[in-house]
Amino acid sequence: MTARTMFEKVWSAHEVVQETADTPAVLYIDLHLTHEVTSPQAFSVLRAGGLPVRRLDRTVATLDHSTPTDREQIFGGVPIKLESARKQVEQLERNAAEFGVELIGLRSDKRGIVHIIGPELGLTQPGKTIVCGDSHTSTHGAFGALAFGIGTTEVGHVLATQCLLQRKPRTCAVTVNGRLPAGVTAKDLVLAIIGRMGVSGGTGHVLEYRGEAIRALSMEERMTVCNMSIEAGARAGMVAPDETTYAYLKGRPRVPQGEAWDRALAEWRQLPSDPGAAFDREVVLDASTLEPMITWGTNPGMVAPLSGHIPSSGDDVFRKALDYMGFEPGEPLAGKKVDVVFVGSCTNGRLNDLREVARILRGRRVARGVTMLIVPGSQQVKREAEAEGLDQVFKSAGADWRESGCSMCLGMNGDTVQAGKYSVSTSNRNFEGRQGKGARTLLASPATAAAAAVTGFITDPRELLS
Amino acid sequence: MRKFTTLTAVAAPLVRANVDTDAIIPSREMKAVSKTGLAEGLFAGWRYIEIGGREPNPEFVLNRPGYAGARILLGGENFGCGSSREHAVWALAEYGFRAVIAPSFSPIFYGNCVRNGIVPVKLPAQAIALLAAAVERDPAATPLTVDLVARKVGAPDGQSYDLPIEAEAREMLLEGLDGIDLTLKQRAAIEDFHARDRAERPWIYL
Ligand code: SF4
Repeated sequence: MTARTMFEKVWSAHEVVQETADTPAVLYIDLHLTHEVTSPQAFSVLRAGGLPVRRLDRTVATLDHSTPTDREQIFGGVPIKLESARKQVEQLERNAAEFGVELIGLRSDKRGIVHIIGPELGLTQPGKTIVCGDSHTSTHGAFGALAFGIGTTEVGHVLATQCLLQRKPRTCAVTVNGRLPAGVTAKDLVLAIIGRMGVSGGTGHVLEYRGEAIRALSMEERMTVCNMSIEAGARAGMVAPDETTYAYLKGRPRVPQGEAWDRALAEWRQLPSDPGAAFDREVVLDASTLEPMITWGTNPGMVAPLSGHIPSSGDDVFRKALDYMGFEPGEPLAGKKVDVVFVGSCTNGRLNDLREVARILRGRRVARGVTMLIVPGSQQVKREAEAEGLDQVFKSAGADWRESGCSMCLGMNGDTVQAGKYSVSTSNRNFEGRQGKGARTLLASPATAAAAAVTGFITDPRELLS
Repeated sequence: MRKFTTLTAVAAPLVRANVDTDAIIPSREMKAVSKTGLAEGLFAGWRYIEIGGREPNPEFVLNRPGYAGARILLGGENFGCGSSREHAVWALAEYGFRAVIAPSFSPIFYGNCVRNGIVPVKLPAQAIALLAAAVERDPAATPLTVDLVARKVGAPDGQSYDLPIEAEAREMLLEGLDGIDLTLKQRAAIEDFHARDRAERPWIYL
């Protein structure tokens, strides 16, 4: 048999009907995650057509995108202040009850950002096809799953049929040789990859991250990398499962136990790409040459090392971006003033990210004039962080410590950045207006965000760690 | 869904690269739990002067004289990139757009267009520049034609281009078909798959 890539194995195992020149494949979906923002219209479509949810045992809903991060509104009996958010939450609660879908509800201790709780609960497993009405579904690819974001009509389609109509994407290997130097993180790595590929460089492809640097990453770090695959235009990103993956999964609530575990494990071990499997493309990077990275423009491909400069010239898009950001061509990035720092999101809202931030905040204070918001990715992350006393470090530094949710990643719950203000954010998108109209977002790692918080300027976090 | 056969209408040029879904519909405008009520928020960040306000920015293409009633949008590379949020396409549809012409689209956005009765037309950047130039001279008097039956895009000055589209997407748009209807025709194959899969990967169903 010909050598196959991991993507091809997962894809062909889920093809109910193969694609033809004129029709896309009918792909079976193993896990469908839904949330309050992209599901209401999908449930309406089902209701209008008199259709049930096809497979309740493959569908899990939660509340994260527009939920408040303020304790009072979640647990204090205070109604959700933002009317739009309250409506979306109530609508999903009603839809879940009506259709019988499992809902990890507002006050559940398992609630959190959909891409954080999937892995945490062990719902995310190697070899699964996973979809969700959110672009950063690619996060789950860190486990060797084929996971991608879908639109609301597709959400309705999966609810009604448990299948998706898809054209088979091409494959691209992203080989990262060497090791990341100390103080350079997975976020810096993925920003460097996007910088190299460009925001549409991965269009139509599924990326497989591989190489020494990737193998050395923890599951949390692999999730950070896969999370941002979509920012290079890719359909999905994957990392082959290995001992790190199995160790992470073993014993989690939704992972098979006993004999079923052994059987699953034997299957998972077959997933990695066969030696010599051909990819349509390959991009090669050397991790050992990388530095902390930060974006300076209005898409994640507009990125440079912290020690670097904004390019000195560019096209129309470049000029528009600088205009929006209030930057000049050729300026150095280090030393730029910062107003807001956001730590959180499905990119960097896990325990390891919060530990990074605490390493820098411990014994220091958030600079005068800077607002720092730290939002754990899930209630479990929150509990674990508090058990380690990280919340005390954050609070005594003057940062705001919240309940879990997407929060300032997309600013739908009222946590927004004011127009014209500079926000160093650990999230994944720096588009115009993403964090609030006129908000100027600079994407960076948790360490870089923390360094900016304590100095008030873009600062190399390695200076504060030595 | 509304069927699409052929349309001759005013076209609005917004030819810049990477027009993302946050620009098409900022998240603060995306509050509804239905597919309607979004047209007002379309391009809100560019279309209005104030944050969250409604005073038109006279410089934005849709507010300029001659572009009232635009039904066709001329866009740049990687149109609709960014989020999978379908609200962007609903906002375009509710505003009245029925076709978007661009050199390339984000694949998610492209699919969302087809499923919502908007024809996504891929034309070379140079053709779009020529069409935009013709339109800009006198928008109201230079309506473009998108003919899905004949697979052609044209302008009154005689410019004409082939409209590339997959047969299935074309059929869905022509017939106003819903994807769920199409897939449920395969119900037997799906049930077979499910039964086989359940035997082979029982842990998935725990
Ligand atoms: S944190 Fe941001 S990217 Fe992640 S699921 Fe929430 S909104 Fe989407």
